[in-house]
Amino acid sequence: MAAPTTLGENLRAQGVSRRGFLKLCAATASMLALPPSMVPRIAHALEATRRPSVIWLSFQECTGCTESLTRSQAPTLDELILDLISLDYHHTLQAAAGEAAELARHQAMEANPGQYLVIVDGSIPGPDANPGFSTIAGHSNYDILMETVANAAAVIAVGSCAAFGGLPAADPNPTGARSVMDLVADKPVVNISGCPPIPMVITGVLVHFLTFGRLPELDEYRRPMAFYGQSIHDRCYRRPFYDRGLFANTFEDEGARKGWCLFRLGCKGPTTYNACATAHWNAGTSWPIQSGHPCLGCSEPSFWDGGGFYEPLSVPTTATATTLLAAAAAGAVVGGATTARAKKQTRNLVAERQPVTVEELEKKL
Amino acid sequence: MNGSMEFLLWTKGPMFDIALIVFALGLMARLAEIFLLGRAPNYAAPRGKEWHRGLRTLFTRNFPDPGTFQRAPFNVLVGWIWHLGFLVILLFFVPHVELAKGVLGIGWPTLPNPVIDLITGVTLVALIATLVHRLTHPVKRRISTSEDYLVWTLVFLVVLTGYLAYHRLVEPYPLVLGMHILSAELFLIALPFTKLTHIFTAFIARWYNGATFGRKGVQS
Repeated sequence: MAAPTTLGENLRAQGVSRRGFLKLCAATASMLALPPSMVPRIAHALEATRRPSVIWLSFQECTGCTESLTRSQAPTLDELILDLISLDYHHTLQAAAGEAAELARHQAMEANPGQYLVIVDGSIPGPDANPGFSTIAGHSNYDILMETVANAAAVIAVGSCAAFGGLPAADPNPTGARSVMDLVADKPVVNISGCPPIPMVITGVLVHFLTFGRLPELDEYRRPMAFYGQSIHDRCYRRPFYDRGLFANTFEDEGARKGWCLFRLGCKGPTTYNACATAHWNAGTSWPIQSGHPCLGCSEPSFWDGGGFYEPLSVPTTATATTLLAAAAAGAVVGGATTARAKKQTRNLVAERQPVTVEELEKKL
Repeated sequence: MNGSMEFLLWTKGPMFDIALIVFALGLMARLAEIFLLGRAPNYAAPRGKEWHRGLRTLFTRNFPDPGTFQRAPFNVLVGWIWHLGFLVILLFFVPHVELAKGVLGIGWPTLPNPVIDLITGVTLVALIATLVHRLTHPVKRRISTSEDYLVWTLVFLVVLTGYLAYHRLVEPYPLVLGMHILSAELFLIALPFTKLTHIFTAFIARWYNGATFGRKGVQS
């Protein structure tokens, strides 16, 4: 349960220095593209506010999002997430199990009606799907989600499964998996997509919510503009090679060794909106393209069904040479049939032609 | 959920299939008809060779005779510029070659992006010039039909959306890339049923012309 202490007190109790706290505030302001003058306001708001109660629901997911979050290198902003909030329910991280665990969730909901945040990772078998595909304590994911969000302040969908359905919703979607925003209509939903998402983005959204009491500006897919406002391609350090037309054609050629653009190897950077190119991964060590691998586009909807990971962006997803040849063959048959009919018509007309003499014509006139 | 990414994936998936099928089916039906109907038999004794003349005309008709150029320099020059530009962009831009490689399994060398970009700019200006000329030239305006304007729009849209997509001038990018692919698909669908068919039939007509004259033993 959330202790009735302020966030500032809690951070100090955890051994976070004033200096460390202000660094968090400054870094968050810069992440959210807020002016430096906002730093004191963030600091003040975080100092005074109570740690919000957070219920973390894990549905059809692989725990990769939680792994990514908890394995980030300490002490970083990412780890401070756990100090910013009172995480009252989280399958993987909580000590309680069974009925005690479910009790914790209900207590958090009753103690903070209308104020707690719900973080969801994983997709949910929709209301029309067989609820048995994924249950917790005998309840379907859908029922748990609806019950938990009913009195929530907002819902944060973490990871591409919660945001867009992700892998479980990939064709043919056997479990009828749906995204959170598909199912939750009457609460503010923020999507922090990615497979996994950048942990820093989760912190950023939480700090924004605690400081301003509302969610940050969102894009068409309800993703925070501050992190998803620019494409990987636009911020890629390999972009100059694209502009000059210098590409790696295989993973072993000269272009790959020289770090040229990975477009021809299937990079989805041009259509992918995320902060990897600027935020980097593993405490700022690197990110996929820097390590020589094309972007998979994991923070975009339907990225599993959006064509092969190593197929360039311009390659159609389903069309093949067979389609083309089959259609052409059918066309030839149609053309042949039309011609045969036309020739037959001509033959018939010739056969039925009644010659007319000049005398007959003159009579008619 | 109907966002820009869903739109892009629709243009890259089902819509591309539809366009490809309509294009291949329609075009082959028309070509088969043209070839199977053939020409009326000529019973006169041939005075020259058909094939030689036919093939030669395929090539020589690329260049107008001096009289045509003097009478309509704009048509010849601007027509040449944008046709060539369109072909070079279509055949030598990296993503287009990747598309051919992905669908047909064959690739070929490409041109650097800045070169393609420059050619695209020139092609766009040339296309606008052809429209202005069509609208202002008294004879051209009279003989222009709605099909002419439809075909101009389709060609222009393909090049324009390609330019917008390359320079990422429309946000979000999946929307503008989808618009470009959709324009190309509309172009493919219209191809067998409008004067765009000339992309293929122009060469058949040239061959027939050359071959007919060649058989008669006269210059074509």
